[in-house]
Formats: sequence, C-alpha cells, structure tokens
Amino acid sequence: MTALLTLDSVNAGYGSFAALFDISLDVEHGEAVGVVGPNGAGKTTLMRVISGLLPPQSGRILLEGESLAGAPAYRVVAAGIAHVPENRRLFPRLTVEENLRMGAYLPAARRAFGERVAWVYELFPRLKERRRQMAGTLSGGEQQMVAIGRALMSKPKLLLMDEPSAGLAPLVVEQVFELVKRIRAEGFTVLIVEQNVRQVLAVVDRAYLLETGRIKLAGSAAALQQNPVIQRSYLGL
Amino acid sequence: MSGARDLRLGLYLPLAAVVVAPFFLSDYFLHLAVQIAIWSLVYTAWALMGRFRLTSLGHGAFLGVGAYVPTLLWNNYGVTPWLGIPIAMALSVALALVVGYPSSRQKVVGHYFALITLALGQVVLLVIVAARDVTGGSLGMTPRTVGHSWYALQLPNKAEFYVVALAAWFVGLVAWRLVERGMIRLALEAVAEDEDAAEAAGVDVLREKLKITALSTGLTALGGALYAQYLMYLSPDAMSGVGISLEIVFAAIAGGMYNMLGPTVGAAFTILLTEGLRVLFGTHFVGAANTIYGALLIMFIIFMPRGIVGTAERLLTSPRRPPAAPQAAE
Amino acid sequence: MDIYLLEAIINGLLLGGVLALLSLGLNLIFGVIDVVWICYAEVVMAAMYAVFWLYTAWHWPLLLACVAAIAFATLLGLLVHVIVIEPILGSAPINQLLATGGLLFFLQSLATLLFGTDFRNLGIRLPVLELGGIFISFSRLIAFGVALIGAVGLYLFLARTYLGTAIRAIAQDREVMGLMGANERRIYILTSAIGGGLAGLAACLLVLQYDVHPFIGLTFGPITFMVCVLGGLGNMIGGFIAAFVISQIIAVGGYYFPIEAAEVLAFVFFIVMILIRPQGFLGK
Repeated sequence: MTALLTLDSVNAGYGSFAALFDISLDVEHGEAVGVVGPNGAGKTTLMRVISGLLPPQSGRILLEGESLAGAPAYRVVAAGIAHVPENRRLFPRLTVEENLRMGAYLPAARRAFGERVAWVYELFPRLKERRRQMAGTLSGGEQQMVAIGRALMSKPKLLLMDEPSAGLAPLVVEQVFELVKRIRAEGFTVLIVEQNVRQVLAVVDRAYLLETGRIKLAGSAAALQQNPVIQRSYLGL
Repeated sequence: MSGARDLRLGLYLPLAAVVVAPFFLSDYFLHLAVQIAIWSLVYTAWALMGRFRLTSLGHGAFLGVGAYVPTLLWNNYGVTPWLGIPIAMALSVALALVVGYPSSRQKVVGHYFALITLALGQVVLLVIVAARDVTGGSLGMTPRTVGHSWYALQLPNKAEFYVVALAAWFVGLVAWRLVERGMIRLALEAVAEDEDAAEAAGVDVLREKLKITALSTGLTALGGALYAQYLMYLSPDAMSGVGISLEIVFAAIAGGMYNMLGPTVGAAFTILLTEGLRVLFGTHFVGAANTIYGALLIMFIIFMPRGIVGTAERLLTSPRRPPAAPQAAE
Repeated sequence: MDIYLLEAIINGLLLGGVLALLSLGLNLIFGVIDVVWICYAEVVMAAMYAVFWLYTAWHWPLLLACVAAIAFATLLGLLVHVIVIEPILGSAPINQLLATGGLLFFLQSLATLLFGTDFRNLGIRLPVLELGGIFISFSRLIAFGVALIGAVGLYLFLARTYLGTAIRAIAQDREVMGLMGANERRIYILTSAIGGGLAGLAACLLVLQYDVHPFIGLTFGPITFMVCVLGGLGNMIGGFIAAFVISQIIAVGGYYFPIEAAEVLAFVFFIVMILIRPQGFLGK
C-alpha cells in the first residue's frame, strides 16, 4: 500500500541558499509523524515545500502516489493537504468564524460549511463562544485553536502542523498537544514539525530528526526517546 | 569591467560627432537638437533622485517654477534671466526642501512619496492657473520679446541657443559625474537598499536625501527656464502637472536611469520617436502617435526596466554575479 | 448663515459622494493587490465615453448605456490587471505605478484618436431643484444617492459574501490565502474587475454632470489619489471620510476664493496633513 505522503530525495532552498538536502520521508495513513530539530534546521522550509508554498529544486513529492512537486499551494490543498502555518497566521481582522469560513474555501468544503463548522465548534467549544470576535484579539492558545480548526475545515487527508507550540505558555502548549491527540483520535493523519521534542514525541508514532537541512535520524517515537543523541541534545538528559 | 569601458569609448566618438553635427545642419535639426539637449538635462536631473529610489512624480513642479519665475520677473520688472534663472532655481530648491525635509524626517517612502510629489506638481499647476491675471492661466504666456539679446537670453538664432543648451546638458552630466564619484552615491545607495540599516551605519539619511533633492530640483528648474526661453512660450500643462511629470519619468527610465548617458538617450529616443510618429501620421490621426508612445512605455516597464542603455550595458558586459531580475528601482 | 455658503456646503457634500466612490475603487485595488492604478481616472474617462457613445451615437436608452458602460469598465479593469499589472507583480512597486502611468498616456491618446479633443456632452438637461432658496442640481443629487448606494453595496459585498470575505482575507495575508485553497490570481482578477466596475459606476454619475474629453481624468485623478492617501492608502473607510473632507474644503473654499485657489488649498492641506501624519487618517 502506498504511503499517504512520500518525499523522495527532495532538495529545496531560497535562490542560491540551499535549505534542504536529499530529504526522504513518508507518512502512512492514520499515522502521526513528527519532525524535530533545532532552530534553522529547515523544518518550516520542509512544511512549505510540502504545502506548495515553495517549489522543490529536485526530488519527488507524492500524495497517495500522485506527484505534487511544483504544484502551487491551492492545488496542494485541493489534493487534500492542509497546512497550519507557523505562528498561526490567522486573518487578524476577520472574525473567528470568518477565518473558519476561509478554511472551507474549496467548493466541497464550502457546500458542507454548516456541518463542518458545527463539528469544529464541537472540537473547540471555546471557539464557538468567540466566533464573532476579531481573530487578532484572541490569546495565543485560542489563535492556535482557530488555526487548527481552519485547517480542519477542508477535512484534509493530511494535516501539516508547523511548530504548534511556538510562542505559547507551557500550560497552553499542553492543551495544544492534547488537541493533537484528539485530532488523531478523529482519524486524521498528522505531520508535525516541532522544536518541543519532549511533547511531540509523546503524541506521535514515528519521528525524524532534521539538522541543518538533513535527516539525521528516523524511527519510532519510543526509539527516538531512548536515543542517546536525542536525550542529550534535545531532552536535556 | 572592460566591456563597459569599450562600450563607453565606442559611444563617445560617435557621440561627439552627433553632438557637433547639428551646427552643420538645417534649423530643423538644430530645433530637435536643442530640445534633446535641454530635456536631457531635465531627465538627468530627475534620474539623480530616481536612481536612488526617490521616485518623484511631481518634477513638473520645478519645471514650472523654473519656467515661470524668470519670465514673470523679466516681464514685470525687467530682471534679466541671467539673474532670474538662479532665483528660480533657488526657489525650486526651497520648495523641494520645504516638502522634502518633513517627508524625510517622517520617512515617507514608496507610494506615499510618489503621490506626495504628484500632489506637489498639481499644486504648482493649479497655482499657475489660479493666478491667471499674472500668468495667463491655461492660455499661457510669452516672455516680453526683444529680438536678439544675450541680456534677455532671447536667441532666435538656433545655433546660438544650441550652444547654451549644450552647456546646460554638460552641466547635467558634470553633476551626475560628481554624484557618481562622490560619497553621496554610496550613502544614498545604502539608504535605497535599507534606510534603517544605513542610518545605523552612520549615514545622515536626512542630509543626503536633501542634498540630492536640492541638486535634482535645481537642475530641473534650469531646464524648465531654458526651455521657456527657447520656445518663447509657457503654458501650465506643458510645464507642470501630472502629464509632463510622467513624461520625465518615462524618458529617464526608457533611456536608463542608472547610467550617465541613459537619460540623454531617453531624451533622444522620446523626442525623435515623437517627431517620427508625428511625421508619419501628420495631422491625420491626432493622438495616434501618443497612443503608440504610451503602449511602448508600458512595454519598456515590463520588458526593459533598466532602460535602453542599462540593458545594452548588461548585454555587452559579462556579469560579475548571476543576473538579478531586472527592476527599475533596484 | 449666508444662503450661498450653505449651498456651497451642500454641493460639497454631494460632490463628496462621487469622490468617495472613486476612492473606494482605488483603495480596494490597492488594499488587496498593493498596486496604485495611476490611470484609474482614465478608466473612468473610458467608461464616460462609452456612455456618451452608446447614448448619442447608437441611441441606446440612457440606463442601458450606463449598465453597458459599467460592464465595459469591469472588463477594462480585468484587462488592466492581466495585461499590465500581472507581468510585473513581483517587481518593485514603483514599476507598477509607472506602468499604469504609461497606460494613462495610452488611454488619453486613444481617446484623442477616437473622439478628438472636443468636449462632449450627453445633451441631457436635468432640472435644478430649489429648496428654501438653495439651488441643487438634480443630477448631482442622483449622483450622490447612487454613489452612496454603491458604497453600501460594496460594503455588503465585502462583509457578507464569501468572495467578499475572501478579498478581505487576501488583503490581510496573501500567502496564507493560498493555503486555504484559493487561487490568488483569480481573486486579484475579481478585485480588479470590481475596481473597474466601480469606476464605471462613477463614470455614469460624472457624465450626467460634466462634459467628457480625453484629459478629464486629470481634473479628478490627482484629487482621488490625494483623498486615498489622506485617508490612509488602502483603507476604504479612511478614504470615504477623506473624500468628504476634501470636497468640503474645495466647495467652501470655492465660495470664498476662485475654484482653482480652493483646489490649491485642498492640495496644500493634503501635503501638510501627510507631512504631519504620513499614514493618513486611518493608515497603519
């Protein structure tokens, strides 16, 4: 069975600045996969390459066997990948509900907006209270919920999450990862890049270590948790 | 860059020939040559700001001041243009600084800067029209004619005026050269790239911007004054306002605003093109010439933003680094 | 209060309506796509000629001619974006400004070529109303009313419809809109078409009151830019307010001074305001 997402020897960068070297990874249906690594490792670049915001310079990107490399973002979304960007990137002067509405831009999602938004409000009751509030005025944690909810509106085959814990207070971070577990329980396939190694390894099945643009380690979450390099450099043990 | 040097040598000799040629040709060619020389000064003056991303859409204002002030002084007080023109230049600079100083302090850049300059150009036009009792308004005015007189700078002999025009053109080139070779160029290029970083690096951004503004607007006024003296006729639409301001910008860009002779080439190109189209279409299709002109200008911006000279230079010299996307203001 | 002053104030108010409509169109395009159409007034001019031609040469009923002119302007707006703006969308902003400047020349000259430089009039004489000693031209009143309706319509479109919300969204974050599955190009084209349509509507209102000639854009174009910058470039509410401020300055100024002096006053006011507060009334 083909993996949901496959990256094969992908190279990417910005102009003459190369950021990703020979990246190969895959994500199976129903899995939660993490990509961890330090600042500047290329994690966000990886997300942008997958979601179509940045074209790869070489290599293949396959979604259920179909090539996505070089496709613009809107086509990648239509194919079934939703990207929760780093730092949320909500539309600040739209309300919560309008943000969710934008998440349902695709025709199929637009038609099913009513039921989808009801389902998202069920997942995130706090958002329902705040639906008419300007997104820019929400707290960090609430914004993260909106960002995730917005991505879920298109019922994606694959949910990309870029540093969901960034800039959030520790208590809120816990809540966010609880959310990830819930989303998984709903049946979504998730690919998360994170700096917070401890938290993310607790919620994913497998993970990759990305350092300076290259995959240095790969394995099950448990295996990585036991790995001495990870323990020393990232878990502070 | 030896390629660029060869280009320049190869250009100077025929250029000298072209410059001198009109003296031996008919009045018609002298007429064109005088215009090219004067407008070259104006376009070069504009490019002194334009090349540093200070894109003014209101240079018509200074053109207008330069044209009207000496004429008004001559007509009403008998003041010789030799005095009137420097006064006009000073007034232009003053006007530019009055608007430029707060603009720079407030870091007005980009679209806002362009639109403020546009407003300034309009103000001058409207003032000229409003003061119609003095300036003749939209109908225009003429300097009081005294026949041939160096004192009044009225030279019906086109060859003589051509000498004056050439001198002015030369002044423009010298100004360009001085800027090109001076510290001001490095300072302003740094400012154009990143104003805050330049400031942090110790550049007195305000002072440098004002210096180049003063130079640019003063020379523009000179060009306006000479053009009025040559034509012996002034009108607000030809000398100020949006239309002429845009023409200045286009000619400078078409020729290439990063090279010394770029604006001159732009002047030659636009004047000869307009003349050629006029000859071609005559009075039959009024507006056809400018329609083509307008379309060409759009295409220049899209396909040749570095202008004729800039693109030629790029093609003839080996690039030191990978060619960047051509951008008129980069 | 002097009755003539009151009349001037009211006329200024009415004039402000169309100016506000013009500023809405320009601000919409700038706010979403980040380009200033220097030739916006010339698009209006083109639509004015369209009304004139359809009404006087082909004898269409006026209302139909207006609707057709609005459709024409909508198409023109689309073409401006696709032909002139799109190729240089990534260039320095000044290039886009200058390219639309070239288009300004092109449209003016094309109009000269097709219609000559004569002033053209629809030949319609609408009545002048008298209310308590104040004379108000009916056409100006209609123009004000329709302009307001247009403004409200635009507001409702942007606030209540899906596409309108999408247009607002893309103005706030272009890149993320792609992540929503939106084809950014299509939204830009839609926005430009709407901007053109608004110009067309303004043209219908203007041609009722003024003669059209190829350079008429120069009479209200610079004022429109001034209004937009004064209100905060891209900010539609700011532009709306600024339109009425400026039109009042011109109208009341025109009561005390000759009209050109009043316009000078307005421009000087603008320059001073921008130097004090460069972002304009409501700019960021």
